[in-house]
Amino acid sequence: MSAPERPGAARVLRMGERGLLVELPGEAETVALHAELVRRRAAGLLPPVGEIVPAARTVLLDGVDDPEGLAGELVRWEIPPPDPRATGTVEIPVRYDGPDLAEVAALWGLAPGEAAARHASVTYRVAFCGFAPGFGYLTGLPEGLSVPRRSTPRTAVPAGSVAVAGAYTGVYPRSSPGGWQLIGTTDAVLWDPSRDPAALLAPGTLVRFTVVGSR
Amino acid sequence: MSDRAVAVVRAGALTTVQDAGRPGYAHLGVPRSGVLDAPAARLVNRLVGNTGDAAVLETTLTGCAVRPRRPVVAAVGGAPCRVTVDGRPAAWGAAIRVPAGAVLEVHPAEHGVRSYVAFAGGVAVDPVLGSRSTDLLSGLGPQPLADGAVLPLGAGSAPPAGAGGPVPWPAPPGELVLRILPGPREDWFAPGALRTLAAARYLVTSSSNRIGLRTDGPPLERAVHGELPSEGMVLGAVQVPPDGRPVVFLADHPTTGGYPVVGVVVERDLPGAAQAVPGTPVRFLPVSRVRVRR
Repeated sequence: MSAPERPGAARVLRMGERGLLVELPGEAETVALHAELVRRRAAGLLPPVGEIVPAARTVLLDGVDDPEGLAGELVRWEIPPPDPRATGTVEIPVRYDGPDLAEVAALWGLAPGEAAARHASVTYRVAFCGFAPGFGYLTGLPEGLSVPRRSTPRTAVPAGSVAVAGAYTGVYPRSSPGGWQLIGTTDAVLWDPSRDPAALLAPGTLVRFTVVGSR
Repeated sequence: MSDRAVAVVRAGALTTVQDAGRPGYAHLGVPRSGVLDAPAARLVNRLVGNTGDAAVLETTLTGCAVRPRRPVVAAVGGAPCRVTVDGRPAAWGAAIRVPAGAVLEVHPAEHGVRSYVAFAGGVAVDPVLGSRSTDLLSGLGPQPLADGAVLPLGAGSAPPAGAGGPVPWPAPPGELVLRILPGPREDWFAPGALRTLAAARYLVTSSSNRIGLRTDGPPLERAVHGELPSEGMVLGAVQVPPDGRPVVFLADHPTTGGYPVVGVVVERDLPGAAQAVPGTPVRFLPVSRVRVRR
């Protein structure tokens, strides 16, 4: 998406008394609408909204006083492509030493070291968060590099595990059960509620992984 | 720690600290959390002279017992239950003075699920992202109460005049009627699904918790069998997992989910859902937006 677009293909669905669920045709449109909503809110151009929650193909607006009015207005907006300067880029150093790296590399037809370099060659974007506070679903991996989830999820994935599943990359903010393929480890703190901001990754943030040697 | 505090003598099955929760962080994956029966929590806070969003204790079925280190004004409300101070009967639904070292016992709920205990000054554990609520889905906020734990209290003011007397309180109904606004994914279900939902009787199951009110009854059949990409969730969303049994999302619900939402329960009906014991019959009543407004 390079030129401004109207989200004409957007479907605005009502969700409860004060919610709007805006459904977009694809990821690029979803990212762009989310960025535009955040921009308008920061500029004071959006009526008060409790939550703006992007997901794979939707953006939820909750806590809206006049959902009907906003729904009518929203479909007429011109949505510019997101401005990368608005969110900044986060660098996450990774030791590519995950227990599933060899398996993922085999699926990609690469040696493990090449797979690590390939994974670190991409600029990712946090499409949305969920699963746990501070867990971002990062898009950017080329389509051909999608990998399935593990058939049996692990009961405990260590905090800082860098993982892939489907088209997404993610970093576990804390130890939790998980079914993603673990390819590396980072010391970066993804979530710290006593820090401001608590989350290292927020929707829209650009992410680069850098390769560091294993200990 | 200052002596403006209460020690937990009996934590009960599940007692948590709750306030108005931490809305505004759903985009980071942080559940809203907060009291499930907001009117009850507001009322007990008012009885002890707190603002409505001060942190209170929320019990689950079996109550709890605490021992203040200094005299404190407290109030118990929500699910009706016996209240005693050092074994002597005390008022439910009214401000009560608990002497230093006495045991305030909130006995098991006689109706409903969750009783609320307010202390003048509020429970003053450290806030996380602006809230003192325990979030059982993601583990934010204080741990659920444990025997022997000590909870700090804030500085209390005198209860306002007129708020000290008993308060009339309806018992939770024997049948839970939840009005729902259809959508956003009612088109993912077979044409008769909303009728099934409206006509059938569901029962609250014992796997219900602060995350969701789980029900058992006729499964809702899907028309679309694909996978729904994860999308944002709201309080009261009626999510239908593959087994077809509706789950009503309560305060600790996940911020996104991949099962279709057939409708959303209107907010005014959620306190009732918070007080529905397992086995309570539930009827879902689809309503139009115009009727909710009035």
